[in-house]
Amino acid sequence: MRSRRRLLAWTARRPHLPGYGLLAPGLAWLAVFFVVPILLVAGYSVMRRGIYGGVEVGLTVEHYRRFFEPLYLEVLGRTLLWSLGATVACLVLGYPVALAIARAKRWRQVLLVLVILPFWTSFLVRTFAMIFLLRDTGLVNRALLTLGVIDQPIQLLYTPFAVLVGLVYGFLPLMILPIYASLEKVDDTLLEAAEALGARPRARFFQVILPLSMPGVVAGCLLTFIPALGSFVTSDLLGGAKQVMIGNLIQSQFTTARNWPFGSAAALVVMGLVLAIVVAYLRRPDREALVG
Amino acid sequence: MRRRIPIWVMVATVAVYGFLHAPVAALMVFSFNDSRFSASWTGFTLDWYVRLLERNDILSGLGRSLLVATIATVVATILGTMLALAIRRHQFRGRRTVESLLYLPLVTPEIILGISLLGLFVAIGFPLGVTSVIVAHVTFCISFVTVVVVARLRGMDRHLEDAAMMLGADEWDAFWKVTVPMLAPGIVAGALLAFTMSFDDYVITSFVSGPGAATLPVVVYGMARRNIEPSINAISTIIVVVTSLLLLLADRLRRPAAAG
Amino acid sequence: MKVRVVELHRVSKTFANVRAVDTVSFRVDEGEFFSLLGPSGCGKTTTLRLIAGFETPDADGGEVRIAGARVNERRPYERGLGMVFQSYALFPHRDVERNVGFGLEQRGTPRNEIPSRVAKALELVRLDPATFTKRMPAQLSGGERQRVALARALVLEPRILLLDEPLGALDLKLRKQMQLELKALNRSLGITFVYVTHDQEEALAMSDRIAVMDHARIAQLGNPAEIYENPRTAFVASFIGDSNFFEGEVERANADAVMVTRATTRFLVPGDSNVPGGATVRIAVRPEWMDLFAVGAVPEGENSVVGTVAEVIYLGETIHVLLARDDGEPLKVALRNEGQLANPIGWRRGARVAAAWRPEDCQVLAEDP
Repeated sequence: MRSRRRLLAWTARRPHLPGYGLLAPGLAWLAVFFVVPILLVAGYSVMRRGIYGGVEVGLTVEHYRRFFEPLYLEVLGRTLLWSLGATVACLVLGYPVALAIARAKRWRQVLLVLVILPFWTSFLVRTFAMIFLLRDTGLVNRALLTLGVIDQPIQLLYTPFAVLVGLVYGFLPLMILPIYASLEKVDDTLLEAAEALGARPRARFFQVILPLSMPGVVAGCLLTFIPALGSFVTSDLLGGAKQVMIGNLIQSQFTTARNWPFGSAAALVVMGLVLAIVVAYLRRPDREALVG
Repeated sequence: MRRRIPIWVMVATVAVYGFLHAPVAALMVFSFNDSRFSASWTGFTLDWYVRLLERNDILSGLGRSLLVATIATVVATILGTMLALAIRRHQFRGRRTVESLLYLPLVTPEIILGISLLGLFVAIGFPLGVTSVIVAHVTFCISFVTVVVVARLRGMDRHLEDAAMMLGADEWDAFWKVTVPMLAPGIVAGALLAFTMSFDDYVITSFVSGPGAATLPVVVYGMARRNIEPSINAISTIIVVVTSLLLLLADRLRRPAAAG
Repeated sequence: MKVRVVELHRVSKTFANVRAVDTVSFRVDEGEFFSLLGPSGCGKTTTLRLIAGFETPDADGGEVRIAGARVNERRPYERGLGMVFQSYALFPHRDVERNVGFGLEQRGTPRNEIPSRVAKALELVRLDPATFTKRMPAQLSGGERQRVALARALVLEPRILLLDEPLGALDLKLRKQMQLELKALNRSLGITFVYVTHDQEEALAMSDRIAVMDHARIAQLGNPAEIYENPRTAFVASFIGDSNFFEGEVERANADAVMVTRATTRFLVPGDSNVPGGATVRIAVRPEWMDLFAVGAVPEGENSVVGTVAEVIYLGETIHVLLARDDGEPLKVALRNEGQLANPIGWRRGARVAAAWRPEDCQVLAEDP
């Protein structure tokens, strides 16, 4: 006890010590296993490709140049397009749900849990559920056949449509939750004041509710767009070989194509995009915290 | 914001909820279907679940996933909690930067986390196996734990430890008798979250596991690609049920500390 | 023989180039109810935390002494003080009994003794042990939490109790009641109270002595009457109660009275030989020490100013008459309400009046520190 007290008195005289002590292990870990690897990737992206797929000494920007060729730009463009499309779809589908939850009284907790649950349960399983639904012998085709709408299974899987649906399905909860958080904070008295000033329901929505929910909308769009940008599983399982997104491209460079530098360059471009978006978001004057 | 809900909003909500849950529900229902080619219900059976027990790859994958998740969770929880305490309770230069750095792994696409760690391991000659997977999992789980614990700390009265000190407890006693009991639910919630994230991870694991260290998601992924039998429905159902329960538990514990 | 239980000797505390407490010195006597009073940011809470031990004085020679012993290096748990926090800081995961008993646990009090001592402490703060012992803090009202926080500190029978704006969150009626109860406890238990507040009425009502703080320094230290009736600086004169201010130059009349001139008006003000002739000074007069007379009908020997009535405000107990002085400055006069229905004051808006006061009812103010 004596020695403990002496130790505590010693640390009390150095008020910065406990903070740094708590910080050090976690920060060191992240520095070694997060920051350094990313720097490594940055380094690889400007090195020459080795004969056996590794890297060789020698700086070059050929990989970046190659990335901006039409072939690969198309992949980037497709990825951006689909991510954007998925984000818009999530917004259209998610906003009403967020509104409903914010206005619900008795059911609110249940509704919230029902949104959170699917997102956190295995992404793989959910993607497979989509396969299960969309494949030629899947439920959708089965239902359409039984109803007589079609007489041959239509190709749903391995199409851009499937990837899009998969993306929306995967990230929809991430759109709903931030919007709900924003809507929940809208003060009822604001709406009452608007009504007293003569605003009809439609005006109240567009002039009061929608603008106030903007922080949540922006956050939701970011939380949907960014993961969609880097998504890999969805396009791989639901899109097959032909629907290639940037994530798939990067993956193939590190496995089958054995072109690490090129893969690194592509990865860095994506990382740069993500960082640019995040920084732009954090610089907004009226930002709400993204997490916590 | 509580007012009447317009009909179209309610309809849209029901439709969206249906969209969110129907696929997995169907998957789970058909795991009991007595037909190999699914999509038409032919009868109830538990065969596919029994089959799981015969599949060594699934069983060893499951074992490895549990092992990895447990160890990764313990390490990530300790490191993440320490970071949360440092951020919320202590002043130091560059606190803002550290906070931002902490949340970077959360927005970084998994594919990039995967390749970068692969790059690191190869560069230093570290063999790919269960250990490399654990290291990778700890890395992305830390931020999850930190976020949850920080949220819990936000609701805590800063003066609780001061009050304990005025009552004769030194910093050590105050921490263990006051702060930890208050934080415990948050720490547990963060741990549960980390466990689930680790258990479910495919992308990062696929890069750093190498041959022979396949976790359950890696095995399931292979099955999904090759599109084989409904045992995949069975294992999926089990995964969904278990993780749902864990997450319901985490949600219970996640709420911020009540005011003193 | 007054025991000095708390002494601060030239204590300063600096945070990142900002002086939160600037060379503050004072003593607190045993059994006293001593208040640190001032607006937010004046340094009163930091001063309390210096006494408690959460902050260490700057290493420039300042000393904190408890019962004669230097405690600069001692941690809060080594100082033997009690403290009640503004937010009460009850441990949410412990019930009332285990909250109040926390300090006893820390001291190693035998388990079987704790419940009875806790019960006694709860009775001191007027909480029925049978009802409250097993309740959790979340189930208590604000006033009940405050009492539990008090009991938790008192159960350890501290020699000195520190209180950091404990009544701020309570509603008016409860606050006034608690003020009386705290004062009663201070007297009956003989514990020294060091009390921090920004509410000047509260400080005046409860304290034996008050230290008025402004911008990290003590502006004035004295008992309530001294503070109220003889404010030393313009800050004290305006922070405590209301004051009317006048500026002018010093012109000596005789050895013990100083005349202050302003334009054509001359005031007779009690002597202060430290003030040199020709210096510009300010004096303060409280509204309730002024009376209204017809112009020219001012009693002999009193100071007066002439003005026009701008507003007459009925406040029940008092009537405030707001005047616009001839030089444009506002003036407030507080008259006791003798019954407006039977005996109304004769002044209406627009009337020309003289506001007058006796020379001994005003002060020359020192410069703000």
